[in-house]
Amino acid sequence: MSRETLIDLLYLFSATTFLVALKGLGSPKRARYGNMVAAFGMLVAVVATFFKFVDGHALHHVGLILLAMFIGTIIAVPTARFVEMTAMPQLVAIFNGVGGGAASLVSITEFVHIKSTNPATYVTLEVLLGVLIGTVSFSGSAVAFAKLQELMTGRPVTYPGQQIINAIVGVVALALIVTILVQGSTTLLWILLVVAFVLGVAFVLPIGGADVPVLISLLNAFTGIAVAASGFTLGSNLLIVAGTLVGASGILLTRLMSKAMGRSLSNVLFSAFGSNVTATGASAIEGRSVRSGSPEDIGVLLGFASKVVIIPGYGLAVAQAQHVLRELAEELEGKGVQVFYAIHPVAGRMPGHMNVLLAEANVPYEDLLEMDEANTELQTADVALVVGANDTVNPAAVNDPASPIYGMPIIHADLAENVIFLKRSMRPGFAGIDNELLYNPKTLLVFGDAKDTLTKVVAVVKAS
Amino acid sequence: MSNVLLQYATVLVLSAFVGTEIIAKVPSILHTPLMSGSNAIHGVILVGSMLILGSANTNLEEVLGFLAVLLATLNVVGGFVVTDRMLEMFKGRKPKPKAKSDEVTP
Repeated sequence: MSRETLIDLLYLFSATTFLVALKGLGSPKRARYGNMVAAFGMLVAVVATFFKFVDGHALHHVGLILLAMFIGTIIAVPTARFVEMTAMPQLVAIFNGVGGGAASLVSITEFVHIKSTNPATYVTLEVLLGVLIGTVSFSGSAVAFAKLQELMTGRPVTYPGQQIINAIVGVVALALIVTILVQGSTTLLWILLVVAFVLGVAFVLPIGGADVPVLISLLNAFTGIAVAASGFTLGSNLLIVAGTLVGASGILLTRLMSKAMGRSLSNVLFSAFGSNVTATGASAIEGRSVRSGSPEDIGVLLGFASKVVIIPGYGLAVAQAQHVLRELAEELEGKGVQVFYAIHPVAGRMPGHMNVLLAEANVPYEDLLEMDEANTELQTADVALVVGANDTVNPAAVNDPASPIYGMPIIHADLAENVIFLKRSMRPGFAGIDNELLYNPKTLLVFGDAKDTLTKVVAVVKAS
Repeated sequence: MSNVLLQYATVLVLSAFVGTEIIAKVPSILHTPLMSGSNAIHGVILVGSMLILGSANTNLEEVLGFLAVLLATLNVVGGFVVTDRMLEMFKGRKPKPKAKSDEVTP
């Protein structure tokens, strides 16, 4: 067997391990094993590549390659090990961005490398797509990171004529691609790089914090597609398979997330949602009465329940109250109360984020219910305990066609016999919309920091 | 020449379908690890970056290739490590089996 065939076989092995990893994610039991298999497959691919011949000779600059890998590793490992779980979205954003950047650089360098050989038009097109998509992913992810890390405002950034300017930048990028296809100019390629960078920034600026879960999924898909495009250019099946898998997963998640928000993808991307906060909220709040209670009231209510469904939102993580919440759930279970957690798909800042935050607090995954299951359980629940969530339980999404979140599937907390709402204040949620559920006669409101309140409730339940 | 292109296109189309089928079965509870895990997988661009730097002839190509390898390594290593860390946290209910029906005493 020739050296090249052996290497290709090893690449095939790697591609298979990636599929094993994705398949493993079908259940929490096998997921970790799958991830390790894929990491091993990646290692095999990298080692095999060291033995590959390019342009008829062995790899040059092996020392430089190892140096770059060394630097990358000593930055990546501590970052990945010590990041807070609440900061996971920005970490994924930045790792995604650097992947897109790498794909873009690979495409550019390959173009510079092969330009003298007058490559076929389709090769140039692959290069250009790789550069465009990879760079948009890079700069877009950087802005998403800045928003999530609160280096800049999480609100949509808008300015007059924004849509038109963005459209012009997009058209310029396309025009450049066509010109480069015809002329094969390297200078124009650098200009395309700059334009693509601007496009990524301009595209992400008007997207607000609440829509970031959709955005991150989409950028992930972009990087996948850019990698697949590089695979075409370099003639690597491994890159095509891996890139396409990620592209497919990103697109799928993007669609799921927009559906979970009850909005179309184009509405999420282009409407600057959430920029006119409290336009509807303030007036409605005045003059309406709410029922407020004390931690003791809740403790008693929970202690006498037979089924409790907890509906957590990102506010729970902000208050760092996951552990106290789990403690409360354990106390209740110790008294024979059934406890479930109802997780809305967009709870948190990225797809599935809330599950990770609760898993970190040692909540067993069997207790985490998806929205549909949760709504079934809520029909027979005695208490729905809403902690730090707001828009995801807002009945306006079902009843009020004028509401900005109308059409979003929600967790129907109001199906339960009683609703307990832990809230810092009467301030409206992320999307800036008043919540009818707060005024429901079933609802008992408890104001204050979620962690403090829950700590008191645990004490009450323990004592009873 | 277009035979090669066709072969790559075949791989692309099949991967897209297989990928969609497999990923559609991932429960929403694992969507964050799915994102970070697939993130690590697209870090396979590291292989491409190595080839680019390994065949660099000019200083420009060397600089770009070096950057590409560095960024791709960040992507791969960071992606796998953080995914492993997350998945480690997903634990089931160990002491008691799932069936609760036969439990009378709390």
